[in-house]
Amino acid sequence: MTTHAGAVHAHEAPQGFIRKYIFSLDHKVIGKQYISLALFSAFVGMFLSLLMRMRLAWPTMKLPFFPDGILPEQYLAMVTMHGTIMVFMVLTTAPQSGFGNYFLPIQIGAADMAFPVLNMLSFWTTLLSLVVLMAAFFVSGGAPLGGWTVYTPLSAIGQIAGPGQGLGMTLWVIAIAIFCGASLMGAINFIATTLDLRSRGMSLMRLPLTVWAWFITAVISLLAFGVLLAAGILLLLDRTAGTSFFIPGNLVLTDKVIPHKGGSPILWQHLFWFFGHPEVYIAILPGMGLASHVLSTFSRKPVFGYRAMVFAMSSIAFLGFIVWGHHMFVSGMSPYVGLAFSVLTMSIGVPSAIKTFNWLGTLWGGDIKFTTPMLFALGFVSLFVSGGLSGLFLAQTSIDQYLHDTYFVVAHFHLIMGVAAIFGIFTGVYFWFPKMFGRMMSDTMGKLHFWLTFVGVYAIFMPMHFIGLAGHPRRYADGSGAAYLASMDPVHVFMSVAAFVTIAAQFIFLFNFLWSIWKGKKADINPWQATTLEWGVPSPPPHDNFAGHEPPVHRGAYEFAVPGVADDYIMQTTPPEKVAKA
Amino acid sequence: MSDSHADVLRESPWTGGGSPYSIGSKKLGMWLFIVSDTLTFAALLLTYSYCRLTNPNWPKPFPIFNAIVFTTIMTVVLLGSSLTMVMGVAAAHRGNRASTVKWMLATMLGGAIFCGLHATEWMHLIHDGLTPFSNKYGGSPLFGATFFGITGLHMTHVAIGVIYLGIVATGFGRGKFSAEDVEVSGLYWHFVDLVWMFVFPMIYLMSVKY
Repeated sequence: MTTHAGAVHAHEAPQGFIRKYIFSLDHKVIGKQYISLALFSAFVGMFLSLLMRMRLAWPTMKLPFFPDGILPEQYLAMVTMHGTIMVFMVLTTAPQSGFGNYFLPIQIGAADMAFPVLNMLSFWTTLLSLVVLMAAFFVSGGAPLGGWTVYTPLSAIGQIAGPGQGLGMTLWVIAIAIFCGASLMGAINFIATTLDLRSRGMSLMRLPLTVWAWFITAVISLLAFGVLLAAGILLLLDRTAGTSFFIPGNLVLTDKVIPHKGGSPILWQHLFWFFGHPEVYIAILPGMGLASHVLSTFSRKPVFGYRAMVFAMSSIAFLGFIVWGHHMFVSGMSPYVGLAFSVLTMSIGVPSAIKTFNWLGTLWGGDIKFTTPMLFALGFVSLFVSGGLSGLFLAQTSIDQYLHDTYFVVAHFHLIMGVAAIFGIFTGVYFWFPKMFGRMMSDTMGKLHFWLTFVGVYAIFMPMHFIGLAGHPRRYADGSGAAYLASMDPVHVFMSVAAFVTIAAQFIFLFNFLWSIWKGKKADINPWQATTLEWGVPSPPPHDNFAGHEPPVHRGAYEFAVPGVADDYIMQTTPPEKVAKA
Repeated sequence: MSDSHADVLRESPWTGGGSPYSIGSKKLGMWLFIVSDTLTFAALLLTYSYCRLTNPNWPKPFPIFNAIVFTTIMTVVLLGSSLTMVMGVAAAHRGNRASTVKWMLATMLGGAIFCGLHATEWMHLIHDGLTPFSNKYGGSPLFGATFFGITGLHMTHVAIGVIYLGIVATGFGRGKFSAEDVEVSGLYWHFVDLVWMFVFPMIYLMSVKY
């Protein structure tokens, strides 16, 4: 083998606080920066959901900063910002850019990402996007009202469509366009790193499933964000340059004819959902990879059907690009097109079922260790199944006609895309914390956090399915307008109380996280007795990960309970002659 | 990026067994960027097609003389700059620095002429009353919106390309960049030309006045 000095020693360890921690080129620092950004955003998004739950359960209650109670327009602004912040700044950022940045290079045996400068740029661009997005709260008119999908034409015609549809909406579009750029830079880096910088012996079918998941997610990002960028540019032109891409002719709003003609609001839906559906998989795939990884590690068994897992993730990614129409069944599309989208959507159930049964197969007969990360991985599987099955209801055009824009949809996507992905993130935090900070998180607090959160999210979102089935529309600030909605008020109160308990439980996590950074029990190099490369380097790993050499890889990622071997696991870096016989 | 990293990128750093991906990370990164940018342009051209199909009063304002002839000259200039870029990349691989820089300057000149002609055309059309939101030729105002949106983004790509080639040519002339860097910048340049080969028929040739 030829030696490639740079591949294992990408750049010198920087000196000084700013180069080391602020404008760092080190993928581990950038990973932590992304995770901090996501943690901050998650708490902002959670605070918004708290306010929304207050409004839904007790519509007239006066709150600090809201002397007249929360106005319906303010409620809609909260819906928009909660969705946008959670989808872009938490679900897209934490599992992929955060953990991916930190652990992808280490798990493939590289010293850094392929393009360290691009990596730093993509973080700072993401931060800029967050700042612009948050600025929408503070401009005149406040944050936009259209939900995270910002459907046209109301998002394209400016202030006349509502208080937040002026400058706030413009800032929203700019923030998302910037975010697209950041995600594209990240995607290019992830793909190039995975293909080019693998250590000797790390063939594709030896990669940990986490790496496969990050790689496939990067491919999805590469193909999806470019389209959102185009859609964002067009929307921005409509808003600022007077074009009419998304604004039809003769649109009348508050007794005024809008001076545009010729555009199509449906076009926005096509462009947005061509990005929006793959985005769901951008959020959930890293969680799938991590769940496979952690279930195998704590069942002390190899992943059941490793190749099938890889192919299932790939086919989910592929199918994700040809099902966007299922978000648009009520947009007036031809029933034949609707049928095609319906069948394709349901076919995603096949690779999803393969993954689920392989997870169960991994657990089957295993020597299961119920650690905190294991509990969250199990929770992920549970939520993935619960949230996924309701997707089969919504995939059918006839049922969706009725369920569209009800709380059933809200419950469905919160379980699968929101909470399941968040459980994936928690799995990552609890699993990798010892490696990232060199200390263990408290298991007691972790388990308390798990059970409160697990029961809490089901208590919030299961009743939500039923009020959706009963016809409760989403995005209403309260149900006081119609008698049949008023009868569901007690359910709203129940869900709100469940939400308060769940949110309170997150502070246990926050305390545990911060406390363990400084006061946690010191962690060994490999506290979970796991097999992948990150567990062979010190905790936290040094600047260049492998101290200037490429670790040769001798086996696949999940060699647990190998017959005739003394230990119940073999590290990927252990050469055959070093494996102790039983 | 430090020198040691650049060394790695020049030769293939991949050592993971049989090697189907033995291209440098920079070249791979450029290909990936091209993939994502293709999707962006595809979305815009799809928007154009969608608007054209859903608006029965789509205008066809470009006469063969002078509009189409003028744009054909622009097309020839841009395609010619791809040829000079190929010569530049070949010279770089032969290690002939002076020749590479010359060919790249020719390429940049082609790009700059294209931008200049394009800007002239824009000024002419705007003077005629075609803007992103109005259309004095009659028919849908979306003609101007798609026209300026798509050609504007393409022209931005060409302009960025001229600057990018300038940086690479300077660096290569001083020995700071490798032949591979020249080739990577060539990839970008050919991509920008290729996009024009979709824009030209779809926006100009399909809008000929007859």
